[in-house]
Formats: sequence, C-alpha cells, structure tokens
Amino acid sequence: MKKFINNVDDFLKESLNGFGKAHSDIIKVHFDPNFVSRKSKTKEGKVSLISGGGSGHEPMHGGFVGHGMLDAACPGFVFSAPTPDQMQAAAEHVDSGAGVLFIVKNYSGDIMNFQMGAEMYSGKNDSIITNDDVAVEDSTFTTGRRGVAATVLVEKIVGSLAENGGSLEECKKLGEKVNKNSGTMGVAFTSCTVPAAGKPTFDIGNDEMEFGVGIHGEPGRKREKIQSSKTIVNNMLEAILDDLKPQKNEKTLLFVNGMGGTPLTELYLVYDDACEILKSKGIEITRSLVGNYCTSLEMQGASITLLKCDEEILKNWDAPVHTAAMRWGM
Amino acid sequence: MITEIKEYMSVNFLISQAKNIQIVIDENAAEIEALDQNIGDGDHIFNVQRGLKLVVELEKDIKDLPLQKSLNMIAMKVLSGIGGSSGALFGTFFMSMAKTPDLDKSVDFSKACEMIITGINAMKERGKADVGEKTMMDVLIPVSEKLNELKSGNKDMKKGLSEIIKIAEDRMLATKDMLATKGRASFLGERAKGHIDPGARSSQLIIDTICKSVINQ
Repeated sequence: MKKFINNVDDFLKESLNGFGKAHSDIIKVHFDPNFVSRKSKTKEGKVSLISGGGSGHEPMHGGFVGHGMLDAACPGFVFSAPTPDQMQAAAEHVDSGAGVLFIVKNYSGDIMNFQMGAEMYSGKNDSIITNDDVAVEDSTFTTGRRGVAATVLVEKIVGSLAENGGSLEECKKLGEKVNKNSGTMGVAFTSCTVPAAGKPTFDIGNDEMEFGVGIHGEPGRKREKIQSSKTIVNNMLEAILDDLKPQKNEKTLLFVNGMGGTPLTELYLVYDDACEILKSKGIEITRSLVGNYCTSLEMQGASITLLKCDEEILKNWDAPVHTAAMRWGM
Repeated sequence: MITEIKEYMSVNFLISQAKNIQIVIDENAAEIEALDQNIGDGDHIFNVQRGLKLVVELEKDIKDLPLQKSLNMIAMKVLSGIGGSSGALFGTFFMSMAKTPDLDKSVDFSKACEMIITGINAMKERGKADVGEKTMMDVLIPVSEKLNELKSGNKDMKKGLSEIIKIAEDRMLATKDMLATKGRASFLGERAKGHIDPGARSSQLIIDTICKSVINQ
C-alpha cells in the first residue's frame, strides 16, 4: 500500500483536520463525535439537510456542506457507516427549529445508524434514501439498489430548495423525485485499498474491468475484458436508459463522475462519448457535471448518472451554491 | 442444579469474555476479512476488532459498576465507536440487554439466557433480517431459540451449550449456499453464493468462545 499516512488509526482525524483548515471560510469540523457543519448558523426557519456515510468517497459528503447544499455531514470510518451519536450531535448543532432532513444512501449499515440517530434526536426530522444504482436489480433478493453518485445531485437540488424556504415535506418530496428520476452505472478498472486493510479490496486483471461496480469496490454485474470507451459508455448508458426510460427530447442532466483514480482528461472523453450516444437516441442534455464527486478512494473508473429534469429540478440545480467541492452563482 | 449464580452475567464475566473473543477473532481475522472481500467491502473485521478493543479498554471504567450501568456504557461505546452495520447491531444488543428489569439483584442462568434472547430479538428488529438471508442473524436466531429451551434450567446446561456450539457452526456453514437479501452482499444476487457470510462467521466464533468458556468454568 502506498498512501500518505502517518498512522492508520489517525488517518480519518488528520484528513478531517486538513479539510477543516483548508476550507475554514465555509465549514467547521467537529470531533468526538465527528461531523462537519457550515461555519455560519442555520438561518431561522430553514430546513437543515444532513448527510453522511463512510469516508473514502470525498468530496462526498463533507465537501458539499455550505450555502445551497448541506448543513452538516457525518463522516464514518473509511467505507463504514457513521454512528448514531454523530447524527444526533450534528442535528442538535444545525437545526434552527424547522426540522432536519437526513439524506441516506441505501446500505444496511447507513440505514440502521441513521435510523438510530433519528430516534435519538428529539427534534422534528425525516429521511430520504437514495438508490440510483441501476447495476443491481431491485428484486426480492436484494435490500434494493445501492445509493451512489445521484446522491450528489439530490444534495445540490434539495439544498437549493431548503435554502429558499422549502418545508421539510417539500424538501423530502423533491429529494425523492430527483432520486427516482436518476440512474447511475459504474465501471472500475482497478481496485481501491482501504487504509486499515492495507491491500486492494479485490483482484482484477490488467485487461479486465468490473461492470456495475459499487462505490466500495463491491462486485457489480460482471467481470469483462476492457473495451473501447465508446463500447463501455454505450453499455453503461443502455443499462441506465433501460431503467429510466426517458421520453424522446426529454431534458436531462448528464453527470460523469470519477471514482478517484481516473484523470479528468478521461472523464471528459467519457462525457464526449456519452453525448454522442445520447444525441443519437434523441435525448437532450441540458446540464452537465464532470469530475470526482462520489469517489472510491483511488479506484480507477467512472460512473455515469443521468437525471431526467423538469423545471423545478433545473431551477434548483442552477441556484447558487458555495461549498468546498461545488461552487457557482456566488 | 445451578450454582455460581452471579458468574453467568457479571461485569467481570463480560470483560473476560471480551478478552477471550478478542484473541479468537484476531486469530481468524484474515479469514473473515477474505470472506468479506468476496461478498462485501472488507470493513466487517475491522469493525469487530475495533469494537472488542473498545470494550476491553472499558475495563477500568466499568469493573466496579453495577451490571446495568456497565451494559449501558458498553452499548454506547459500541454504538459510537464502531460504525457500519456491526456497530448498530451490537450496540442494539447491549442496549436492550441493559433494559432487563432487576439486573442488579442477581443474574442466574435463566436470566442470563433471557437477556441474550432479548438482545438478539432487538438486533433482528433493528436489522429487519431473519434466518435465511445470509447475515449474522442466521447464526444468532437459532442460538437464541436454543437458549429459550435451555433457560428453564431443566436440561443439562453443559450439554445444551455444546449443542449451541454445533448449531452455530452448522448455521454459519449453511450461509455459504444462500443468496443474500440484506447487507452489502445482497447487491450481488447469485454472485454471493458459494461464500460464507463474514458476519455469520464472526458471530459463530463469538458464540463458540463464550459457550466453551462457560462449559469449562
């Protein structure tokens, strides 16, 4: 394992320390229990949005704390759900009285810990669960689909509504709509290495890729020989379109997300391929996002998320945002 | 027929079991980690090890406290210090054990069984998992059912505990051919088949260690 580490046990704490120092104009990092909050207090009457999950997906979620997005984020250990006391402390810190909406990715550990946090928090609260990954079938044999990159879009879009006075119910409803309108498919070329493990999570040949990989290096649909970008992107989009079934000329947001180890150069190439393919199918791309937003440590690979957009979604997407990882309009 | 009543669930008992379990889990860590990497994401063993370390480290703070208070402190430590599914589930286990009435009077074998049964039921509720879903509950629920038979104290306790060791092992091995419907492995469908569930393996090791230690008391 080659990583910037002093001591494995201090890995998360030292990283959070650096994050706090680097973005001290926007956020504040709290320890024991660990959470990231905005530097400024939540304004009166504004619904607070809190997300969280295992670390190792940076900038998600701490990088999305700030104006127009989250009020707080609870980072767990690398790839492990955060603990209920973190959610409770974060909620108590940020809630201005208008209530708290927890944004949770669909994994058993996250759901259980967020549920317990919500039970321990005495204020008004509700939750939404993201499950945009089309790689795994939503059948009776699964917990459901995994929550992956569309969580970023949910946090941005609901964050804008909350900033503009949306109620807890309205925020939840919009979040659920964005989640339902999204589909994501991921591909990995290499594994990631969890610091505590010290070795790659999975073995993969030099000429192989994992199609439908999860954001923790969990296996996906199948192991295949690597192909041209056009072929890979086409297969990814087919899986998404099969699931989302967009109308002809429907407006969409195309989000190409890096897994952490793939350069932007390649992500833009993927974006180009995806544009061509979607255009040939008569799907209109009206908004874009390209970059490393929902990562899996140093894994090489990318995911594509397509979000079907209506006016409400577009308006809230375009609204100003100022976080460590996403900033426009202000 | 039941002697040494307090020993079945005292603070000392909990601490010494945690130490025993820590040794066994450390010995089998590589195997559990490999199982998790096959079907999960590899965090389970670190969570279990972190939890055991935290509980063992609590010794100085809880050794002179009443049982109920100790259990609550263990629960909060586990809940806040582990994370992942294991933290929530084991935290729930200790938290509900602590809710048993009259804990600070005396805990005989029957009450100790009752506490564990209550704890496992609470885990089942929290994780919304039942037997046959390729999780640690595949081991824990049958163990809890057997404890329910034993708790009346009419049966040979040592023989009963030996049976529990066997049940835990059989049920752990049986997760190999299951499809997962809960946890990270559930996203794999058919690909999860052929691998023992890491949570079932760690739970089986815990049950095995505790039962053997009580039998040899």
